[in-house]
Amino acid sequence: MSPRSVVVAGYGMAGARFAEEILRRDPDGEHVALTILGEEKHLAYNRVLLSGVVGGSMKAEHVTLHGGEWRSRVRLGVSVASIDRATRKVVLSDGEAISYDALVLATGSRAWLPPVEGLTPDAPGVYTFRTLDDCEQILAAARPGAPVAVLGGGLLGIEAARGLVGRGCQVTVVHPVGHLMERQLDAGAGAVLARRLSALGVEFRLDARVNGYVPGDGLKLDDGLVPADIVVVTAGVKPETSVASAAGIEVDRGIVIDDCLRTNDPRVYAIGDCAQHSGAAAGLVQSAWEQAEVLADLLTGTNVAARYRGTPVVTRLKARDVDLAALGDVHVDVGTDEAEVLCLNDPSRGRYAKLVIRQDRVAGAILIGAPDAAATITQLYDGRMPVPSDRLAVLLGRALPSEATVASSPAELPGAAMVCRCNSVTKSQLVTAWRSGATGVTELASATRATTGCGSCREVVCGIAEWLSTTT
Amino acid sequence: MTVETHCPYCALQCGMTLAGAEVKPREFPTNRGGLCQKGWTSGALLSSPARLTTPLLHGKPVTWDTALDFVAERIERIQRQHGRDGMAILGGGGLTNEKSYALGKFARVALRTSQIDYNGRFCMSSAAAAGNRAFGVDRGMPFPVTDLDDADVVLLIGANPAETMPPFMQHLKAGLIVVDPRRTATAERAMLHLKPSPGTDLALALGILHSVFVDGHADKQYMNDRTTGFDEAWRIAAAWWPERVERVTGVSATDQRTVARLLANARNAYILTARGTEQHATGTDTVNAWINLALSLGLPGKRGSGYGCLTGQGNGQGGREHGQKTDQLPGYRKIDDPAAREYVAGVWGVSPDSLPGPGRSAYELLDALGRPHGPQGLLVFGSNPVVSAPRSAHVAERLADLDLLVVADFVPNETTALADVVLPVTQWAEEEGTLTNLEGRILHRRPALRPPDGVRTDLEVLQELAIRLGQPAERFPTDAETVFAELGRASKGGVADYSGITYDRLRAGEALHWPVPSADHAGTPRLFLDSFGHPDGKARFIPVDHKGPAEDVDADFPLRATTGRVLAHYQSGAQTRLIKELTDAVPESYVEVHPDTAARSGLEHGDLAKVTSRRGEVQARVRIVASMRPDVVFLPFHFPGDNNANRLTNPALDPSSRMPEFKVCAVRLEGTT
Repeated sequence: MSPRSVVVAGYGMAGARFAEEILRRDPDGEHVALTILGEEKHLAYNRVLLSGVVGGSMKAEHVTLHGGEWRSRVRLGVSVASIDRATRKVVLSDGEAISYDALVLATGSRAWLPPVEGLTPDAPGVYTFRTLDDCEQILAAARPGAPVAVLGGGLLGIEAARGLVGRGCQVTVVHPVGHLMERQLDAGAGAVLARRLSALGVEFRLDARVNGYVPGDGLKLDDGLVPADIVVVTAGVKPETSVASAAGIEVDRGIVIDDCLRTNDPRVYAIGDCAQHSGAAAGLVQSAWEQAEVLADLLTGTNVAARYRGTPVVTRLKARDVDLAALGDVHVDVGTDEAEVLCLNDPSRGRYAKLVIRQDRVAGAILIGAPDAAATITQLYDGRMPVPSDRLAVLLGRALPSEATVASSPAELPGAAMVCRCNSVTKSQLVTAWRSGATGVTELASATRATTGCGSCREVVCGIAEWLSTTT
Repeated sequence: MTVETHCPYCALQCGMTLAGAEVKPREFPTNRGGLCQKGWTSGALLSSPARLTTPLLHGKPVTWDTALDFVAERIERIQRQHGRDGMAILGGGGLTNEKSYALGKFARVALRTSQIDYNGRFCMSSAAAAGNRAFGVDRGMPFPVTDLDDADVVLLIGANPAETMPPFMQHLKAGLIVVDPRRTATAERAMLHLKPSPGTDLALALGILHSVFVDGHADKQYMNDRTTGFDEAWRIAAAWWPERVERVTGVSATDQRTVARLLANARNAYILTARGTEQHATGTDTVNAWINLALSLGLPGKRGSGYGCLTGQGNGQGGREHGQKTDQLPGYRKIDDPAAREYVAGVWGVSPDSLPGPGRSAYELLDALGRPHGPQGLLVFGSNPVVSAPRSAHVAERLADLDLLVVADFVPNETTALADVVLPVTQWAEEEGTLTNLEGRILHRRPALRPPDGVRTDLEVLQELAIRLGQPAERFPTDAETVFAELGRASKGGVADYSGITYDRLRAGEALHWPVPSADHAGTPRLFLDSFGHPDGKARFIPVDHKGPAEDVDADFPLRATTGRVLAHYQSGAQTRLIKELTDAVPESYVEVHPDTAARSGLEHGDLAKVTSRRGEVQARVRIVASMRPDVVFLPFHFPGDNNANRLTNPALDPSSRMPEFKVCAVRLEGTT
């Protein structure tokens, strides 16, 4: 039996992971003969870490996903130009045609440039923030001390702004909406985030209408100019669907897929940013990776019952000194009847915690400056676990001390309190031993063995001895 | 007469003196004069009325000759019908070096079976496999315990020494970071406690490694000079940025970065693992992930820092070096290495071709018992698998299907209850022998009192059986010192080289850590200072990735159960459950539950609960513990029958170490009505 030919169009986060998952299940290529096509010249890299590259904590080589052995597995610098579904062939950008038994579209998405006069991809000083090449160009252009405008105050814009401020640029975030990250945050949280970033040196122009870009000057707003040597555009992305739609494959926002990751042509699949599944938000690596696993199960025959049912969305900002998590439905106000909503707003300390609960489960949350709560609540959300009844503890991110409260004096310590855990000695046993004549720490130790294990209770035993010597 | 000896229980091997059966602690570097309640009360077992003093054949007292003749005759019949591998041996990590060695030799020479393994497979095997992969040598702690005294930061992963080896806590003076799903007695003393979801430690290690590298804490000079393989390991760790790890583990990204920073900024830092992180179907990879972290910080092989594993059983270290492990010959040699076979066969005076190859690992061995192609007879020394093996109800069924089950022990336990033949043997204070403690130091145990009439030593039992199986008596000496000298010769040139150690040197009080390759060698308290054990002298980063628990939670089994120890009991509890003071302290099994989780099952503190997994159910008394994760319950595993937590545990095995997944399985919690 010859292996089936599987062509993967795209070698980004989704395509690379899919290829790995295939290799893991079918290391000798018995079932699947893979052709992987990568448009960029680089081996696959981890796009999630690019903000770290801009911020300077990592170099480009540290975000590479694959070692040199992949050079022989992937065709770099080539993309799919067209699909002939009738003959099951793809024609590549270099003119070659390849037959497929299954075609996997992992073409990702492209940065979107808002329609602003003068703001074109080839205008001097304009950079998108999507690829490793983008990163390297930004790094080459972003000189310390220079003014930089970041156009778009979503997740990516804020990560870019944080990184560039860390490199010593004077950064202004220009955002068309009244608060930052409006998809994930409510207005209160947006304000806390802006305040936190302001303290780190980022400036903001919110509710801003951009009328034009003048190279060398900056962005023209309704109410004046935002000076900028360079503009980093983070205004959103658009799924790359052109080849699919040209071939008559159903495309809405992205390429429409079912739970088997299939398009309306059962020989053609799509995963990652280019795909649109009812249960997945666009642009998240977690969805892409889970889709890659399911599709590898299906195409290698490892588990033909595998299905992709969606991924709960958790947004986590990766910006040094700013801890932010947002998940689920957060656009619900405190005081509503249809959900239990808790909110703690502490802008002067950069903290905001909002928790939306329905049917005793986490429906949504925003957590800024509350890392422990973020960790716990994310797990409750992902696992659909009931929210612990001590809601305040959940919001604070720690269980309140409800047991073993330290007594302030030996007299107040309850008799049953374990003083020496190593030898199971309670306070009452020490008192009894004392009354039987063991009237000193050494004597108590030999009578009860307290302090003779790890020795950490010595201070408490000394305290009890002192108390006993004054009371008897 | 007062005799200086060591505690019979854990690998800390606290120094103590015995006057008759009366125990007193003494100054020794590991325990510094401290003893826990188990140690203090260990003398009670020497005069316990429960003591076995006569051989039992099908439950009836018989003479030694009757018992041994029966066993030998049955062994010969089984091997005639089923071949050499029809007989199997299960040893223990509490046996002395001499017994471990003799047992391995007995299996390979007298029975000529490949089917021998030991309960250390359930204990140390993942750390051992990981240490071998990373360093080329497995010695739990490659430095003396007392080195920890000068540490600024110690990262303890899945270790609860405040319960399991309390006097050890004296060495942890400052800067303790504890990784444990539970707020244990040890975690209560930590400056930072991380509570990962059970079975996600590997992801956590990757997240901290990621932080070390990205935040500029990596010791690049050290990595360049002393290690290989970072690039490949990093490519996996690169995909585990702390925020992603947070989602899997429940440990905040901030805490991961804090751990990286604390370790990197410490003058002296140590990373120590134990069973909590090792007893998983991914245990070996998980330990390698922690070692990778240690290597990225430049800790191993430098004075004042390092990686180590806290060995559990009394002779957990020595017990894994001298041939009772199925893939091993003495001196930590590999049984499939032709040179090793030839050398050891020479010491034993047999042909290398007569030595069997590797057989089944402990759980696979137990699972095969009584099946058509599995062993039909089993000899058990120093182990109680009915309580300590995973999926224990199934293991008890396998034992019941045997043609011959022989158990040598000094007190009755749940496995002797199933045995055809029970052989009463001596215990620690009644015999001589050596043990190798958690820091790789060889300790001499002196006999302190005369054994009760009717019992024999394990070495005597092996000789008697060997003679009956046609072996010359002198091939199986009964004098411990003679056996130790032979063990020294057999280990010479191996990784764990004991050839320079003699009883006289030990009696003189020399502190000898292996390897000790010659009589004038002072021993090796610190390994790796100049080079690691691989041929190129470098330590290896191992590329490991997170997979998660072997068994997932679902609607029927929505909680994760994890198991562990309590201070008052040791291992299967067969010994400690006989001591009144200890059963008064912890009389029965219990299950620790978060208050909300208990309330949802309609349970209150003190109620009897039923805990059920896909493999069985147990009963346990509810303890409401507010610091528990709501999705996790905890049970100690020291109790038998309906209380036996191992009825729940998952025998999914680690591919390298063959360690079962004791530390996480899916369960549900209910009332018992």
